[in-house]
Amino acid sequence: VPHDHLSTTFAALADPTRRAILARLTSGEASVNELAEPFDMSLPAISKHLKVLERAGLISRGRDAQRRPRRLEAERLKEIAQWLGTYREFWEASFDRLETHLQAMKKEEEKKHGRKRKQ
Amino acid sequence: MDARGSSDRQLVVDAVGEREIVMTRIVAAPRHLVFDAWTKPEHVARWLLGPGGSTMPTCRIDLRVGGAWRYILHGPNGMKMGMKGVYREISPPDRLVFTESLDDGADDSEKGATPMYPGESINTITLVERAGMTTMTLHSLYPSREIRDAALHSGMETGVAISFDRLEAILGGAGSLP
Repeated sequence: VPHDHLSTTFAALADPTRRAILARLTSGEASVNELAEPFDMSLPAISKHLKVLERAGLISRGRDAQRRPRRLEAERLKEIAQWLGTYREFWEASFDRLETHLQAMKKEEEKKHGRKRKQ
Repeated sequence: MDARGSSDRQLVVDAVGEREIVMTRIVAAPRHLVFDAWTKPEHVARWLLGPGGSTMPTCRIDLRVGGAWRYILHGPNGMKMGMKGVYREISPPDRLVFTESLDDGADDSEKGATPMYPGESINTITLVERAGMTTMTLHSLYPSREIRDAALHSGMETGVAISFDRLEAILGGAGSLP
């Protein structure tokens, strides 16, 4: 994922309607009409959301020229997801590493104090 | 909640009120070391990296009230994420208050990068030591409910990271924690 596109992806994912659309697409491709169904929203409004998702590389269009079904670009999501994890995973992994680093800091401090006492 | 690790040491993440997230975690170290780990670049760059094999080549800290901090995480495939803010209160060894906002990390400076969301959060870290263990509490106040929820539901801060395997679960449960 080129980094200059990453903020587009962030922005695309920040909206609850777009997250709901992505969730729907995890169970298979769907036409614009099918995607619009659960929402109290006009087709143009839904199309706008789809455009944002498409620009972010999160969805693409299927082959069927009549239905123009949208489908999830799983690889893109996976790539981003695995990098930072969820909020919880990000902090959990970071704090686990902090814990390890703190043990090294403790040892370092003990060494210094030990040296001072000897002087 | 999963059963990994001992229950008292586990990370606790709570959505509080409209715009807040509170996290607590206990670590086996005195608080003055924990304070250093949060405020010295040689330490921060070693641990604040998340799960995905990132490095932090940019880690600048001007530890004064009004002083700026700037971190940029570099991930695989050229992915970057920037974090930045300004210190508001520095009270070692037990309290630190700073602003935080996220950007695309495209620019090393504090000003050039594209922000992920408007505004900034105000973060307060409180450290309480007991018998050589430190309880860290991180309180984050976000600019809006939407940004707070995006942070919680769709991944790190701005909603960058949806764990694909659990996409449906995370995305489906609006109003609940991941």
